[in-house]
Amino acid sequence: MYSYYLTIVLAPLAAAIVAGLFGKQIGRAGAHWITILAVGLSCVLSMFVLKEMFWGGAVAENIHVYTWAVTDGLRMEVGFLVDRLTALMMVVVTFVSFSVHIYTIGYMHDDPGYQRFFSYISLFTFSMLMLVMSNNFLQLFFGWEAVGLVSYLLIGFWYKRESAIFANLKAFLVNRVGDFGFILGIAAIVMFTGSLDYAEVFGQAESVAAQQFEVFPGAPWNAMTVACILLFIGAMGKSAQAPLHVWLPDSMEGPTPISALIHAATMVTAGIFMVARMSPLFELSETALAVVITIGAITAFFMGLLGIVQNDIKRVVAYSTLSQLGYMTVALGASAYSAAIFHLMTHAFFKALLFLAAGSVIIAMHHEQDIRKMGGLRKYMPITYWTALIGSLALIGFPGLSGFFSKDLLIEAVKESHWHGQGAVYWIAYLSVLLGVFVTALYSFRMFFLVFHGKARMDKETKSHLHETPWVVTAPLIMLAIPSAIIGWITVNDVLFNNYFGDAIVVSSAHDVLAHMGESFHGSLSLLKHAPQTPVFWLAAGGVFSAWFLYLRRPDIPVTIKRKLSGIYTLLDRKYYFDDLYIKGFAAGGRGIGRFLWEKGDQLIIDGIIVNGTARSVGKLAGVMRQIQTGYLYTYAFAMIIGLTMLLSWLIWFR
Amino acid sequence: MDYSQYLLSILVWLPIISGIVLLVIGDGGDAKSSKASTMRIIALGMSLLTFVLSIALYAWFDNTETGMQFIERFAWIPALNAYYYLGIDGISAPLILLTTFITPLVVLTSWDVIKVRPAQFFAAFLILEGLMIGVFSALDGLLFYVFWEAMLVPMFLIIGVWGGERRIYATLKFFLYTFLGSVLMLVAFIYLYGQTGSFDMFGWMNVTIGLTAQKFIFIAFLIAFAVKVPMWPVHTWLPDAHVEAPTGGSVILAAIMLKMGGYGFLRLSLPMVPDGSAYFSGLVIAMSLIAIVYIGFVALMQKDMKKLIAYSSIAHMGFVTLGFFLLWSIQSGSGAGLGMTGGMVQMVSHGLISGAMFLCVGVLYDRVHSRKIADYGGVANTMPVFAAFMVLFSMANAGLPGTSGFVGEFMVIIASFKANFWFAFLGASTLVLGAAYTLWMVKRVIYGEIANDDVAELEDLNIREFVVLGVLAVAVLLIGLWPAPLVDMMNVTVDQLIQQIGHSKL
Amino acid sequence: MIGLQHYLTLSAMLFVLSIAGIIINRRNLILILMCIELMLLAVNFNFIAFSRHLGDDTGQVFVFFILTVAAAEAAIGLAILVVLFRNRRSINVQELNTMKG
Repeated sequence: MYSYYLTIVLAPLAAAIVAGLFGKQIGRAGAHWITILAVGLSCVLSMFVLKEMFWGGAVAENIHVYTWAVTDGLRMEVGFLVDRLTALMMVVVTFVSFSVHIYTIGYMHDDPGYQRFFSYISLFTFSMLMLVMSNNFLQLFFGWEAVGLVSYLLIGFWYKRESAIFANLKAFLVNRVGDFGFILGIAAIVMFTGSLDYAEVFGQAESVAAQQFEVFPGAPWNAMTVACILLFIGAMGKSAQAPLHVWLPDSMEGPTPISALIHAATMVTAGIFMVARMSPLFELSETALAVVITIGAITAFFMGLLGIVQNDIKRVVAYSTLSQLGYMTVALGASAYSAAIFHLMTHAFFKALLFLAAGSVIIAMHHEQDIRKMGGLRKYMPITYWTALIGSLALIGFPGLSGFFSKDLLIEAVKESHWHGQGAVYWIAYLSVLLGVFVTALYSFRMFFLVFHGKARMDKETKSHLHETPWVVTAPLIMLAIPSAIIGWITVNDVLFNNYFGDAIVVSSAHDVLAHMGESFHGSLSLLKHAPQTPVFWLAAGGVFSAWFLYLRRPDIPVTIKRKLSGIYTLLDRKYYFDDLYIKGFAAGGRGIGRFLWEKGDQLIIDGIIVNGTARSVGKLAGVMRQIQTGYLYTYAFAMIIGLTMLLSWLIWFR
Repeated sequence: MDYSQYLLSILVWLPIISGIVLLVIGDGGDAKSSKASTMRIIALGMSLLTFVLSIALYAWFDNTETGMQFIERFAWIPALNAYYYLGIDGISAPLILLTTFITPLVVLTSWDVIKVRPAQFFAAFLILEGLMIGVFSALDGLLFYVFWEAMLVPMFLIIGVWGGERRIYATLKFFLYTFLGSVLMLVAFIYLYGQTGSFDMFGWMNVTIGLTAQKFIFIAFLIAFAVKVPMWPVHTWLPDAHVEAPTGGSVILAAIMLKMGGYGFLRLSLPMVPDGSAYFSGLVIAMSLIAIVYIGFVALMQKDMKKLIAYSSIAHMGFVTLGFFLLWSIQSGSGAGLGMTGGMVQMVSHGLISGAMFLCVGVLYDRVHSRKIADYGGVANTMPVFAAFMVLFSMANAGLPGTSGFVGEFMVIIASFKANFWFAFLGASTLVLGAAYTLWMVKRVIYGEIANDDVAELEDLNIREFVVLGVLAVAVLLIGLWPAPLVDMMNVTVDQLIQQIGHSKL
Repeated sequence: MIGLQHYLTLSAMLFVLSIAGIIINRRNLILILMCIELMLLAVNFNFIAFSRHLGDDTGQVFVFFILTVAAAEAAIGLAILVVLFRNRRSINVQELNTMKG
């Protein structure tokens, strides 16, 4: 299997290098063929690996590839850990990436940076695979930053746009704030265990949890809590959890295919994956889990609310992504790691689908993204319409579709996670995810209705050119619509309750809500039958109904609400003022500190007073001294006499 | 006969002699003459030959040997008991390789950019190269001092003759700063000579010295090396020197001359006065952390690209000194070696990256004759290949994993966490600050709409520039993806050094 | 009785006079040269007085040496003075300040 793994990882890298360095020579078609073939190969092999894991009885493999460096007893290596969690992620990553590669042929058709784009997304696939297949923290961090790099390059793909290059810098820096915590987390792990290797670290987890560590002198904390929270800060950056979420909506400045691939399906879920991978560590710190669940709940609910007031089609989906990532984080905090990964998988499919559908609409609308200027697209774009419907229904958890299984069970798991106590943490988490369902349904179908139903609000010129997008765009939609619809039905039992992940995910028995739920789980069909008895179903239905009523039936009501509740509306419209805080507070503050230190510290004190000041005082002293040198003979003679006299007096009286 | 035992001498003297030959022949004062181009080819050939010989050095270098290798020892000034004593170990070998690697690139960079007295210019670089290798390989205190001071002369001339408008101010500042430091080092040398009766560095390492004397010696060394590194607050000569130096001068200055300070700490301060070093380690760590954070903020606000990179150099060199002096803060277990190796790797990597960054600025400067960030914008439109290189090196400068910039920082951050959470906290802030100042510059220079006519008329890299940047890019990626060969060279020596430091000399 | 101290006092007075001449005189370089001669004379006076007082003739031999050297010195001094006058058309001490810092 070793050669398979190597091929899976290296094929996209090779393709990226060829398309990137020799783009001119191989031409546009060459670039897309080579990358698509490479990623396709990775995808097929990943599926084979998953199949072997699932049915072939293949066991987890921990493979050493090469030694990066060894020093002072710390081995830093590159290697693969392929277990069932990894295999699942590999399939998700390569499959979505493959769809997006095909879709890109249509979407980027006229772009001068065609080859460059293919090179980037292939490089991204490589980086993401390195991340998920890693067997140690070093490589994890490599993949972690490499996907950040590609994300940076792709958000700023249209580098002439001021907004795009602002957004990519912002994305990279906010991610770096997360990585700042992450690298400290890794350093903590090395300090406590002396190793970077997952297996060794997990093996020592118990002893770490027994240690104390003083971040602030005199206040010992549990070592595991410190390490886990630091690692989670990294996840907050990458998975865009509040308050480090601000980069994700802006990242929509990038081309739509990468919004689907990177900013919905794969890269942003790296944080979720990482925490699930670190489950043996997080399980040992309930404090860290409480932090995780709280952050997740806040993100899930409040970011969803923002989706309601957005008018840019991609930004609505972006906020939806934030909210769904919050759901996954909540599941992690509830120790339902499998549920988080399950939701990650279904979300990857339907959110990629939604993004690509949004992209299809954007192509048809000639790069108009404002949903207020759309409407009635249903009859022009049937395939996009139906696939988008599937995606939206999956997102809100319509019974039977993939999102239903993942989200319903996720909420159920949170409800069952009583070990968080009955205090604030539990209720914040539970209520957030529950009410979030209504919000999700409301914003999803607000967008859906405004785009596809109702009156056509675009101008005549655009309307006359409306037609369905070419097959390279619609084919990936269909490709993604199929798993969006059925994947939940097929896999729910295995992934959640049949101990699919085995040793890959460790849950202590006290926290194991899924095992508890598994006792009353009797297959997909029975879950489906019970759907109408859950509050989730009715909240979602209420959301869809509200959207229909407010935006199709009585579009005047939202206007009234907006006027009456202008305070809340402004708060939402300004995104809770996070951007203002960061840009006017931290960024401007940082520049202010920089200017102060430079002008006052370096230029004034060090250079002005100390360095040049010394030079100046020497000069001044010399200026005084030279006054003595009159140049007149008699002055020198006088000085000699005085000196002689003084010398003589000293000899006579003091010797 | 085994010539390998003279390899170090050859590496030292070959560039110096060829430099003198260039000086003697000269170019007739005409940069376009055929004589001048012959001189260029000689300079390139000789620097390449030196590099090839240094590869032999690498090939014959024994990673497992704890002591010195390639030792040469002849009586030099018998009256003073001074020897011509050369030898290298895992600390100096990578730096010698770095020197011989960078010099041909610098010669190539300056190929037809230098219009005035090209032969003398190249001669200065060749002589400088030999002297720098001399510093890295000298094991006799007096010899070390001679090389150390002689090195200032070519650099002084390079900045003073071929520099920018304020070159006289910059070059004087450079000279006075570094000279002040090294004179104090000489005083310490004379004291040690008085104690041992010889200039043998190993004798100095083993002699017993009282704590007070150790403190004074350490302070003398600290001033000498802190200026060279440079550490906060004696760093202000660097931005001025860099801004005024010609591109090649900046590259050598950043890539190699700054490493002298770090090398001095490892070769002299730590093993010779371990107790003094222990006493002042807190001070050095504080200065390093201030350099990382303070300079990070200062770099953010620079309007001149070269100044920005110069400041970022100071911040990165902060990691070097931080890594070297963690030893006494780490309570238990290993980690000191990690910090020291990390600092060493950071030195090599910083040599490559900052050199490459200065070359990038030089490429732009040659075309537009401005270093101001505000004079650029949208360079990617007209120079896509260059933009790709610049983004790569900027990412390396920001410490992206997979590039060499990450390796050292990673090791030092991990080691500093073992010492103290807050050391690591402040150190890791470079992840944010480094990315902020580097990428903000990239945003303003590389990305965006074409800002003005100068940018619109830019031509992309020529073959010569492409080769230089390409070679550096390969090196940066190679070390980033597989630092093991580099780290293996250092491991044994670093272990040995830590043992040496562990013995109190009181 | 005229004793040693009378000679020494005279010599000291001569010496101080010559110093005063060098310092106070700001006009003529020749005067400075003369003052230097006077200074040497004062010294000679001391030599002779001590020679007589101690009964040692070496002191008087010394005086002859000094006189010879002083003559040579005066010749060179005057030569310099002439050259100076040729160059600057003046021997005014006030104008000779090229050594001013």
